[in-house]
Amino acid sequence: MILALLRRDLAQFFPFTGSGAALPVVFFVAVAMLFPFAVGPDANLMAKTGGGVVWIAALLAAILPLEKLVARDIALGFFDQLRLRGTTEEAMMAVRLIAHWLSFGPPLLLATFPAAALLKIEGESFSILLLGLLAGTPGLAAIGLMIAALTASLRAGAALSGLLLIPLALPILIFGAGALARTDAATLGFVAATSLLLVAIAPFAAGAAIRAAREG
Amino acid sequence: MQAPSPFLAAENLACRRGERLLFRRLSFRLEAGAACHVTGANGAGKTTLIQALAGLTRPYAGEVRREGALALLAERTGLDPDLPLAKALAFWFALDNAAEPQAIMARLRIAGLADVPVRYLSTGQQKRAALARVLGQAAPVWLLDEPLSGLDTASQDLVSALVREHCAGGGIALIASHQPLDVPGMTSFAIEDFAPAEEDAEA
Repeated sequence: MILALLRRDLAQFFPFTGSGAALPVVFFVAVAMLFPFAVGPDANLMAKTGGGVVWIAALLAAILPLEKLVARDIALGFFDQLRLRGTTEEAMMAVRLIAHWLSFGPPLLLATFPAAALLKIEGESFSILLLGLLAGTPGLAAIGLMIAALTASLRAGAALSGLLLIPLALPILIFGAGALARTDAATLGFVAATSLLLVAIAPFAAGAAIRAAREG
Repeated sequence: MQAPSPFLAAENLACRRGERLLFRRLSFRLEAGAACHVTGANGAGKTTLIQALAGLTRPYAGEVRREGALALLAERTGLDPDLPLAKALAFWFALDNAAEPQAIMARLRIAGLADVPVRYLSTGQQKRAALARVLGQAAPVWLLDEPLSGLDTASQDLVSALVREHCAGGGIALIASHQPLDVPGMTSFAIEDFAPAEEDAEA
């Protein structure tokens, strides 16, 4: 049951096969591409600020897939049908979290290579950036899932979810970008810890949210 | 394979939508082979009742008891609109270990639509596809919410036939509809009979 569900969720979200688009990744690279044009090709400035720009681009890219993440399947009655077959909402959301991260985390990490090249991020900075994104994107996915589930039954849910994600993602952004500024990989431990906590609570919070949405 | 005999029962059930009490003191018990037709005007609470019976929402008061797996036909079909019909159904057929999915699709006259994405299907075709999902589930208890709406006469007769067969095989069906079904021995009640009197409507 769980495996069938994961396959279905992945087919739906994976940027290059299902109905989901490669949009977040394209958006992410586009920001990295535009930044040098906006501030000028000063290598020093780029090396200093480039990492932060990549983090902001990653955070904004995380907002893009939220609209379809949960609301669509609530409207379809998909979760209702699974519930009747004995699957708990928590399990559905845990599977969705995995599928969501797989569809947006690894492609983003791959896109970091061209983005870093455009922003002249090299050497140790680059490896810290990559590790930071690896540790941080599960947390971003977890926040995104919780917000998508909470706002699914609201009419302006999509607009609201972007606003809600930003403050919640601040700890990840601060530690992630902070590790870059100080070229200190140890700070990434905080990113990983924040992510872990968020991933642990997300299925329960999102599960409760879709149950509450039914009571309407 | 002798599972305990299926039943579906409501005891003193009361449900609200928003702040409004829709019905209260609703009790019934359906044993194996029973079909029950719930009638009521739009907004009287048929769908709310079905949702509560399915265990998807918690009733305001009272209790739902059930033995046996449940199949639900609701307005929301659960079928992926972007997938071709055969694939959208195949997901549920695989989950439910449906026997003879081809025969089920042929029976509901949707076999010819296998390659058409679900969102291009008409209301009636989507309803028949959802019925195919219900059949594939082979659950003893059926909850059908407006199974006849959007269907042509031939398909309406087919729904009646499916319910007759289901009940003859020891299944239970509760059908919420404002259209008549041709099922002998079917009991029925109007949900309005359980609507609260004006003075206690403000629960």
